[in-house]
Amino acid sequence: MIRFLLSRFIQGIVVIFAVITITFLILRASPGGPFRSERTLSPEVLARKMEYYGFDKPIPVQLWRHLVHYATFQFPESQVFAGRTVDEIIISGFPISAAIALPALLLALCIGVPMGAQAALRPNTLEDRASQLAATIGICTPSMVLGPVLAILFGLKLRWFNSSGWFDGSDWVLPSITLGLIYSAYIARLTRGSLRETLAQEFIRTARAKGADNTTIIFRHALKLACLPVLNFLGPAAAGLLTGSFIVETVFQLPGLGQFFIASAINNDQELLIAISAFYAVLIVSFNLMVDILQAWLNPRIRLQA
Amino acid sequence: MSHHAEQSLSPMHAAWQRLMRQRVHAVALAFLVLLVLACAVGPMLSPYTQDQQDLELKAAGPSAAHWLGTDSLGRDMGTRILQGGRVSLEVAFLATAVAAVIGVGFGMISGLAGGRVDAAMMRLVDIVYCFPFINFVILLMVIFGRHFWLIFVAIGAVEWLTMARVVRGQVLALKNLEFVVAARANGASFWHLLFKHLLPNLVGTIIIYAGLTIPGIMLLEASLSFLGLGIQPPDASWGVLLGDGSRVMDISPWLLLYPGIFFSATLLALNILGDGLRDAFDPKSMSQQ
Repeated sequence: MIRFLLSRFIQGIVVIFAVITITFLILRASPGGPFRSERTLSPEVLARKMEYYGFDKPIPVQLWRHLVHYATFQFPESQVFAGRTVDEIIISGFPISAAIALPALLLALCIGVPMGAQAALRPNTLEDRASQLAATIGICTPSMVLGPVLAILFGLKLRWFNSSGWFDGSDWVLPSITLGLIYSAYIARLTRGSLRETLAQEFIRTARAKGADNTTIIFRHALKLACLPVLNFLGPAAAGLLTGSFIVETVFQLPGLGQFFIASAINNDQELLIAISAFYAVLIVSFNLMVDILQAWLNPRIRLQA
Repeated sequence: MSHHAEQSLSPMHAAWQRLMRQRVHAVALAFLVLLVLACAVGPMLSPYTQDQQDLELKAAGPSAAHWLGTDSLGRDMGTRILQGGRVSLEVAFLATAVAAVIGVGFGMISGLAGGRVDAAMMRLVDIVYCFPFINFVILLMVIFGRHFWLIFVAIGAVEWLTMARVVRGQVLALKNLEFVVAARANGASFWHLLFKHLLPNLVGTIIIYAGLTIPGIMLLEASLSFLGLGIQPPDASWGVLLGDGSRVMDISPWLLLYPGIFFSATLLALNILGDGLRDAFDPKSMSQQ
């Protein structure tokens, strides 16, 4: 088990440095150089800027410098937000993204798992059909439609929340609901499918034969195993929440990390782009590692294998 | 259900019959066929072009002249929705094709090669799974311009991983069956085994995963275009229309509503058909449902 986690950890480090390398190479392959948007620069100023940010060195030297800087936590300066290091910018944007993503994930689990489980326990009833229909509608509703609808309804019409911006303590509510509802639909479908599959297995029949009551069977035996595909989904879902956050941060005009990424992509702020990509890689890797640990804890078969 | 009838059918034919047994699948398929036809032919039949402006009628509601109203620049919404649908569908299918080619190729080679090559290739897939792909796609779009072909190649190049894993698993199961072993004993080459013996047996799997991938890719394209990083004006895709509509939705809600309905209905039909294809090609999964 320890060996398994250790190998996963090392793999994660490889991923993070691979992401830094690839982002770096894509950016250096871009036509026009790092300061192409500032057309009016005189050659002397440009040369000095190139030297200051290290762009005058050969590509392999630059890449090596980046990798060493990131390995030793000495983060470079942003090219557009002058005087701020990239980690300062990430630290200012990330709490806003997290304040949306975490409640969204909790909401998705709190709606999705019970809804899917209810449906699995009463297959082909009206309740099952209704929840499957709701889940299908949820999957087919894109966040760029649901977000504006919620903003108009609860922001402009009912005035319960601000429809855009990050001013009040309650500004996370609508973006979180937007993302959470959509993800709850995926989770409900997954839970239903895997719980039905689990309930058909022999160890459940054994438990029933031994006289275990329904509650024990569902909560102690079935749900534990049925959670595995849901957990598996949460890894990619973390990445998906990042995508979703690009959308909801745009819809609700929140100064989160996604907005910084898009702005820096458009402004060609190369240092910040590398840093945010690396940061997302760290998030996804950590999320997957947590999922691995939880899975090993829930599923004895994985524990034995390692 | 008569087993005799099914045995005499080719696997494709049998799957088709299983698919059409449920009316909802037939409805979804009919909807998609009609939509593709409408998107292909509609813009030509329409009296308007997608960028033709009627400045008297800006952001007007539905009328006899403009069935689905006009947008804030006075362009006919119906024409733009069909034209945008054409772009969205093209990106979705082409990107899925790119993803399928990479994923199937990678998975087949990995599975058939086996041993260290397989281990190394699958470790690579594990690693690539953790990449923040949306960032790469956005970077590619911003740096190399928002060309139509770059959009589907970039999306396809990031969506092949699941396909590679599934295909490899299938190849591992297939490659020890008698007909493959016999072909190998007769001296069939690696590529001969790959294309003549394995690929034909993977068609069902490939169709299933292509069907499940398409809606996700449509959403991804719409997200990019919504953010202004995908299809560029004056061209439209459904993501572009949803983006435009969401900005004026408090004044002229139909500009979000109509493209939203087309987009959601298409996603719904694709999802239903995707599930149907999975059940049709893999009857085992149906018994679990």
